[in-house]
Amino acid sequence: MVEQAFNGLVSGAFYALLALGLAVIFGMLGVVNFAHGAFYMLGAFGAFVLLDSFGIGFWAALLIVPVLLGLAGVVLERLFIRRLAALDPLYNFLLTFGLALILQDVVRSRYGVQSQQYGRPGLLDGSLNLGLFEYPAYQVFVLALSALVCGLVWLALTRTKVGMIVRASTEKPELTRALGIDVARWVTPVFGFGIALAGLAGVLAAPMRAINPLMGADLIIVVFAVVVIGGLGSVFGSVAAGFLIGLISALGNLYVPALSQTLVFILMAAVLLWRPAGLFGREEGLV
Amino acid sequence: MLTVDKLSAWYGEAQVLREVSLDVAEGEIVTLVGRNGAGKTTLLRCVMGLHGRTSGTMSLLGDDLTALPPHRRARRGIGYVPDDRGIYATLSVEENLLLPPVSGPAPWSLEEIYQTFPRLRERRRFPGTRLSGGEQQMLALARVLRMGSRLLLCDEPTEGLSPLIVQQIGEILRQVKGRGVTVLLVEQNVHFATTVADRHYLLAEGRVVESLDNEQVRAREHELLEHLGI
Repeated sequence: MVEQAFNGLVSGAFYALLALGLAVIFGMLGVVNFAHGAFYMLGAFGAFVLLDSFGIGFWAALLIVPVLLGLAGVVLERLFIRRLAALDPLYNFLLTFGLALILQDVVRSRYGVQSQQYGRPGLLDGSLNLGLFEYPAYQVFVLALSALVCGLVWLALTRTKVGMIVRASTEKPELTRALGIDVARWVTPVFGFGIALAGLAGVLAAPMRAINPLMGADLIIVVFAVVVIGGLGSVFGSVAAGFLIGLISALGNLYVPALSQTLVFILMAAVLLWRPAGLFGREEGLV
Repeated sequence: MLTVDKLSAWYGEAQVLREVSLDVAEGEIVTLVGRNGAGKTTLLRCVMGLHGRTSGTMSLLGDDLTALPPHRRARRGIGYVPDDRGIYATLSVEENLLLPPVSGPAPWSLEEIYQTFPRLRERRRFPGTRLSGGEQQMLALARVLRMGSRLLLCDEPTEGLSPLIVQQIGEILRQVKGRGVTVLLVEQNVHFATTVADRHYLLAEGRVVESLDNEQVRAREHELLEHLGI
């Protein structure tokens, strides 16, 4: 059971990274990024292509892929998202949804629907003795890195000048401009950063998940439920709910296997009935 | 200091300001008096650049503001105290003070702020909205003082506050004026207005209908209160 809980936390590590990016983007731009899962998928394929075509290994990919995808996010925000920002949010919803379909199909037309394989990095190939059981070293690494990244983002948001500007711009964008801050200048890097986090999750997924064009679409539905449970736009809530949902669905899987696919959504409905703003959601505010 | 020339503004089809022209001289405190819906708040929002649909021009110290976005206006030395006080819940009291960039000739230091508003020092680690209404108003004023703005736009800073706090706000405004700062103040409290301000513009239905000095306001206080529906 402890082992199953650990599996849950590892799934939760992916939920948390993806939900964190979604939350930051939603908070700052008011955009629900439906392409988030597609960028996660591109992250995994990015790692695969770097190794397959260029011989560049996991550790370098862990750095290169998020940076490249983050830059792609910057271009996307500049060219498209920004133009639709003033209109009904539905337009950006359609834009990102359409983009997700396009990205999936482009990858599918190149690599097909069969899953690609990506080996674990040599350093983490073995397993660790965690006292009660042996656990793959790579999974432990994923859990630790995800927790570290989420923690660093939390610190950056709450303890730095940039974090203060992001919080202020999220809570009261108009007033923040009237107080002398060029909010529009911060929107692009925040969007790029959110996409980079999805890319990072994708690279981390490559050695332990099936790499195929639909891997993001399958995952992102759960991540949306996570974000809603945590509280839309709440960074802390998204991360906490990410790990929590990973844990609960893994244990649910163990005890009530029949509910394994639906448990998350039952939880979501229950939380929404009990606290419509989500577990950690407030009327306004990012953290 | 501030010149507004033939400023009109619309909300959708409805025109809320009709060719408003006014001048505020350097170091003056000028109030905008008028009923709810007369266009006072909209006028301040227009000067700050926050209102979308406008015509006419505005200038600060002879420089045209009309085409500048809000953050550039703030950096030219305009400090905004909105009618809802605009305190951030996700920022601590101190972060609320430190958020805006210093953008005027004589910014207050954090130490000066805390000496003038000891309560803000006591509560500096608390979320901004954990303060009482009066304290939040002090924080909103302190924030623009720390920016060092030349021109303050204050939207009903005394609304809903106890007489003691209203008195304190009056003292702060006089102190600010003593340092050469200019203030454009929206104020429903006519009596309070005459104790702090030099001149008054009476707005009605989006127009400036009269410009009054303190003597005139005192002489006609009864009539004005009736007009304001108080």
